[in-house]
Amino acid sequence: MTSGLTADTKMESVSGSPDKDAAILPAKKASGEFLYFALRSKKFLVALGILFVLIVIAVFGPIVDATDPLAQTGIPIQPPTADAGNWFGTTYFGEDVFAQFANGLRATFFVGLLGGGLAALIGMAVGFTAGYRGGWIDEILNMLTNVVLVIPTLAVLIVITSYLKARGVFFEAIFVGITSWPWAARAIRAQTFSLRSRDFVDLAKLSGRGTWRIIVQEIAPNMSSYLFMTFILLFGGAILIAASLDFIGLGPTGGMSLGLMMFNAVTWAALNLGIWWWFIPPGIGIMATVGALYVMNVGLDEIFNPKLRDI
Amino acid sequence: MPGDPVASLVARTGGVSSDGTAALVKYYNELFGLNKSLPEQFINFWASLLQGDLGRSVFGHGRPVTEQIMGAVPFTLALLIPAILLSWWAGNSFGALAARRKWLDNTVLPVGYILTATPYMWLGLVFAFVLGFTFKIFPLSGGYGYNLEPSLTWRFFTDLVAHWIMPFLSLFVVMFGGWAIGMRNMIIYELESDYSRYLEALGAPQGLVRKYAFRNAMLPQITGLALQLGVIVAGSLVTEIVFSYPGVGQLLFNAIKSSDYFLLQGIFLFIIVGVLLANFIVDIVYIIVDPRTRVGMRGGTA
Repeated sequence: MTSGLTADTKMESVSGSPDKDAAILPAKKASGEFLYFALRSKKFLVALGILFVLIVIAVFGPIVDATDPLAQTGIPIQPPTADAGNWFGTTYFGEDVFAQFANGLRATFFVGLLGGGLAALIGMAVGFTAGYRGGWIDEILNMLTNVVLVIPTLAVLIVITSYLKARGVFFEAIFVGITSWPWAARAIRAQTFSLRSRDFVDLAKLSGRGTWRIIVQEIAPNMSSYLFMTFILLFGGAILIAASLDFIGLGPTGGMSLGLMMFNAVTWAALNLGIWWWFIPPGIGIMATVGALYVMNVGLDEIFNPKLRDI
Repeated sequence: MPGDPVASLVARTGGVSSDGTAALVKYYNELFGLNKSLPEQFINFWASLLQGDLGRSVFGHGRPVTEQIMGAVPFTLALLIPAILLSWWAGNSFGALAARRKWLDNTVLPVGYILTATPYMWLGLVFAFVLGFTFKIFPLSGGYGYNLEPSLTWRFFTDLVAHWIMPFLSLFVVMFGGWAIGMRNMIIYELESDYSRYLEALGAPQGLVRKYAFRNAMLPQITGLALQLGVIVAGSLVTEIVFSYPGVGQLLFNAIKSSDYFLLQGIFLFIIVGVLLANFIVDIVYIIVDPRTRVGMRGGTA
């Protein structure tokens, strides 16, 4: 199942004795240790491999096959064929499914990266400030978090949609970003809370460093793995939310995304006509991307947290 | 908000002379109360809301919003409640079974993560294609056959069930994955804790230790249910759209398409109140299940 694993590591994973692993740790530095376990974590490597393939398709697909995803390039409703041309088949309108898939995948990664990244930034800013400062700042930020948590995102989006007739993937990513940060802020706040009374933070305070320098230099590095995993979960979440928005017709206008492909397929009765190659690829694209991200998250958890390692 | 719902409604009626159009516009404006000033409209909205009147729907050609929502709610609830409860139960039992059992765990974990990563609507599409289109086991769309009238007959009931199975399955399967993973992780965490180790040290059988771990791991899963409700409702909305299932999701979709703001507003109000109510119920269940919260409420410490 896993390529790139040597017989040696497989044997280790079968015997799985933690003492032996500890004994052969090559580096004393933490990063060396993480790398050592990362290269031996099947979950991490498989997920990384899948993501790599998807990213290659998303980045180079539209360059190699420069077909316009919205132009009629072939005979309508053609099943996938091996010949050059429309090798993922064509849609009801004769559009090339592969061009749509590659461009859609690009939009998906874009939404995930920008939306998830923005959510992670806001979540970190709010979480760190609330957790470190405490007091009335904490109260206010907590209230803000709860308000955003209960706002019906869909309602806001529909109101905005009626004003903005032309929306791009960029707008969608920003929107997903500014509505999906609350749980991350809560989680980071709780973590910061447990770190802020440690000795090393007190020492940093005594040495007269500013709040932000303490947060960036003392607190954040001590939960860097946690922050990274939060980002991965937000990344995957943003992709799923964006796909649902596209699917109810609130997605980008004039662009292409995987959710929009499914929306079009359902709107133009792909189900009743049996055009399975129109809606199967986008779903697999989303499933593979988000699934790989989640599995990678578990893998990272095991790499960073010695208690969970069973390698 | 821009967009004139009355204009689109009149346009849909079609085939009316210009005099007729003017009369229709006037009639509908009066029907929806749009001929009044904005503050007046706002006050009217609250006054009628308190009387349980959400106005009239543009999409439904002037039928009351409440009537339309009430017609859709039974379908959505019939989908959501069994799907949530069964997947929660099945996922938790399965996750608990899989934790710390090498072979089961290695299959449950990847499958579970793939399932949670699946968009609800896509799984629905796959089910519809395989079971509905290719093998023709279940009907593709609708809540019941187009040739049937709602009635209390056996034939109508079986037809209803046949239309219900696919949307139910696609909701059930996606949620199942999430619960199974959550439970597996919680059980592993609980088996690491001091009380489990103590029990093990005392020589308690594995089954007993797992039983205690399971009861403790249940609690975060109940909280998780409350947190997930919003996502689950969104999932059921898109699933209904796939199957043209006549629930609230389909109604919302139609309301968006025909910019029917009265209906939209009514549906949102309904969903929000519904989710809050469900959260409240989960809170009460939590108090029943976890004796510590009861002690805490009486001012004691657990």
